[in-house]
Amino acid sequence: MKRAAKILLLVEDSPGDVRLTREAFRSAKGVTQLHVASDGVEAMAFLRREGQNRDAPRPDLILLDLNMPKMDGRQVLSLIKADNDLKTIPTVILTTSEAEADVARSYELQANCYLCKPVELDAFESLVNSIYDYWFVKTRLPYREQV
Amino acid sequence: MTFIGGDGMAIQVLLVEDSPGDVRLTKEAFREANGSIVLHVASDGVEAMAFLRQEGAHAKAPRPDLILLDLNLPKMDGREVLAHIKDDQSLKTIPTVILTTSEAEGDILKSYQLQANCYLSKPVQLASFDALVKSINDFWLIKAKLPQQKENS
Repeated sequence: MKRAAKILLLVEDSPGDVRLTREAFRSAKGVTQLHVASDGVEAMAFLRREGQNRDAPRPDLILLDLNMPKMDGRQVLSLIKADNDLKTIPTVILTTSEAEADVARSYELQANCYLCKPVELDAFESLVNSIYDYWFVKTRLPYREQV
Repeated sequence: MTFIGGDGMAIQVLLVEDSPGDVRLTKEAFREANGSIVLHVASDGVEAMAFLRQEGAHAKAPRPDLILLDLNLPKMDGREVLAHIKDDQSLKTIPTVILTTSEAEGDILKSYQLQANCYLSKPVQLASFDALVKSINDFWLIKAKLPQQKENS
């Protein structure tokens, strides 16, 4: 079931959270190739392979923060799910917001899942392990054509 | 541990599955994994939609927190059920996880196109199946944040 390294796009503006996520994925059981976009505009350029992102790979999974500069996560999510090609990439919201309105709105926009970032470091690592195990080991993802 | 709703409320799961053997195994695995789950079963797509729309005998059916949907079903198949769910403004926010024996790339792609929240292949081995149900419970019912139930019916 495990093939090549899984490709993950993390859309996150906080450098601290990026670092913690990177470290947590590194200590997860398998190999993840992590790409980071620090705002929504950069995320869309990566996904659409625009500008400097001409050789960007198609991610197997997107972890998307909601509150970001330039273009926020809700907007990125609607653009992804309105695009016939991109909509099949599972997009998981990973945010500090616990607001019911954000949760409901995200599922309305067809986020594949909504996760709250725990503040405790151990809980955060355990969440990353769950994401890895659930999405990269248990779940069948759409076949990714080699770039 | 926080469950959906946060008040120790029962978690409603709708399993859409026509094989009685698989229904029984899933029930047993969930009972083992999480005592707060109430598992409802619809054995074909028509019954699943009646349950979700609270029609006929299902007038008092609760809104599920999670749907586990097989693809190959009598009367109305899982692809059609999925399309109906994701086309309905109220039902589309219920996470719908495909749980099927099909490993066909075409089925996987089509399910994500129809906005299935996730696609899982049913393992044949019993131990792997139990482990998968544990993962579903851990990921969707403990880690993930689900839309809140508006009222308790």
